[in-house]
Amino acid sequence: MRSNSFDPKASWGLKLAALGGLLFLHAPILIIFLYTLTPDETTYTFPLPGITFKWFGVALQREDLWRALTLSLKVATVATIAALILGTLAAAAVYRSSFFGREAVSFLLILPIALPGIVTGIALRTALGGFDIPFSFWTIVIGHATFCVVVVYNNVLARFRRMQGSQIEASMDLGANSFQTFRYVIFPNIATALLAGGMLAFALSFDEVIVTTFTAGQDTTLPIWIFSQLTRPRDRPVTNVVAMLVMLITFVPIFLAQRLSAQSSDTEGETK
Amino acid sequence: MSNSPTPAIRFNQVSRYFGDVKAVDQVNLEVRDGEFFSMLGPSGSGKTTCLRMIAGFDRPTSGQIFLYGQDVSNLPPYERDVNTVFQDYALFPHMNVADNIAYGLMVKKVKKSERIRRADEMLELVRLTGFGKRKPSQLSGGQRQRVALARALVNHPKVLLLDEPLGALDLKLRQQMQVELKSIQQRVGITFIFVTHDQEEALTMSDRIAVFNEGKISQVGTPAEIYERPASPFVAGFVGTSNLIGGEVAKRLTGSDKLFSIRPEKIHLGNVNSQPEAGMVFLDGAVRDVVYLGLFTRYLVETEGGIDLMVVEQNLKTTSMDVLSVKGQKVRLLWHKDHINPVGG
Repeated sequence: MRSNSFDPKASWGLKLAALGGLLFLHAPILIIFLYTLTPDETTYTFPLPGITFKWFGVALQREDLWRALTLSLKVATVATIAALILGTLAAAAVYRSSFFGREAVSFLLILPIALPGIVTGIALRTALGGFDIPFSFWTIVIGHATFCVVVVYNNVLARFRRMQGSQIEASMDLGANSFQTFRYVIFPNIATALLAGGMLAFALSFDEVIVTTFTAGQDTTLPIWIFSQLTRPRDRPVTNVVAMLVMLITFVPIFLAQRLSAQSSDTEGETK
Repeated sequence: MSNSPTPAIRFNQVSRYFGDVKAVDQVNLEVRDGEFFSMLGPSGSGKTTCLRMIAGFDRPTSGQIFLYGQDVSNLPPYERDVNTVFQDYALFPHMNVADNIAYGLMVKKVKKSERIRRADEMLELVRLTGFGKRKPSQLSGGQRQRVALARALVNHPKVLLLDEPLGALDLKLRQQMQVELKSIQQRVGITFIFVTHDQEEALTMSDRIAVFNEGKISQVGTPAEIYERPASPFVAGFVGTSNLIGGEVAKRLTGSDKLFSIRPEKIHLGNVNSQPEAGMVFLDGAVRDVVYLGLFTRYLVETEGGIDLMVVEQNLKTTSMDVLSVKGQKVRLLWHKDHINPVGG
């Protein structure tokens, strides 16, 4: 009898292992936080020789940093919007209709995420060069959209497959046209999938390095800016400050997305 | 026959092919105004396809469908004055019960106060007053069923379509809903078209029944007509159970070797010496199998012509001991000539 029931208390070994896993994941990030406060410019010494907030001031003054940050935010926003529209349309087409080559289309849509970024990057650069398209903001967006569409597509398609297909018919039957059906029935059903897919797409775009280096030309996005900082050891604390800011900024939407999708899965859980 | 000259629904030579498969094959049909009409048939017989073509989810390959005289064959679902109760209910999970019911009014831009009033009216009709604020996920199967019905009735459609709506309910609830559906239909006075594969359900509720087989209609008639006078061997076998007799034996009994059907409960099981009364025929045989079912007993009798006949007798005076002891005995089967029903073919 006792052996059948699951012991809700975890053993010490398991607790230690969990703690170890969390430390392994997050200790390096904490180290970055710590060294934003060091007065020492080039070396990581422990314990810190002292505590200073001057690097925050220095970071605020850096023109190039702010330009990189705004460019990254803009690119990620536009790429995410494009991905939301294209990914949803593609998912709807693959879900609702069966046409010749549907599986192939689905596979081709998913392929860019599996393809090494360097291959996508070289391919895009060659294509852009071949058509004499100058590098710009939009070439970066196009590069990012290749993999952002996939995450939205996957999320939305999975949601469509879980949704009762007869809901759409019920809506039309009750007098709603296609637009009303989308607004009142389909959109509320896929809203959290769009949110989750959009967040992920934004995050992917925001920290993309490889494809960007091939499509950016002279522009510098934030990850490329950080990457280039590695060759300048004197700026290391500034880089740490930027890394911390990025962490704090991304923490908020991810935390919210988690809360939201947790809530929606709660209500879905009640149906069974 | 009917008060209204225009039928609620008329099929004119309607066909629907899926590739080479003739799901519906040149069907002609009339459903009268205000009647409870059932489409009965096994799965794949075309009944659901017919329903979907009336709703507008599917279009006929050829032929026309008329709704009160208007050709609706190519109208989209939202332009037809027809509503559907779906097999899986298809309630909107993100809306509460009242919003689900008022959905049809909302998309037609009916004022909010009016929507609330009519949704409440519908909740009362399906006996769910006070459930408006709940989510569909908080309801039982039977309650969801009622919400689906209320939602489909709120627009006062000319015809209500029901696609096996009772299939997911357990037996008790199903029987209760059968009675309730019928009474709601009589109260609202809307033509109901009910699709089912359950012959008992169709016999219980319908004014008339169309029996579907392989994309065609085998017979249309009242429950009694369908049951007492099945027009084909298929109908005789699908609606209830029937014994089919043809050939030499039929010739001796009826004077014609054409196939006829006889219902198991019309046959009297007697001993070998029982004499037929006037107007009765008989057949001798031996009881091969006995199944005691409490309310009645089912006997399988092998008769002289090598034909197995099923006989059902109520256990009015007999006990299970009595009936089981009959197994293996010689018996005489007698029935009235009136119950012989030629089925053609």
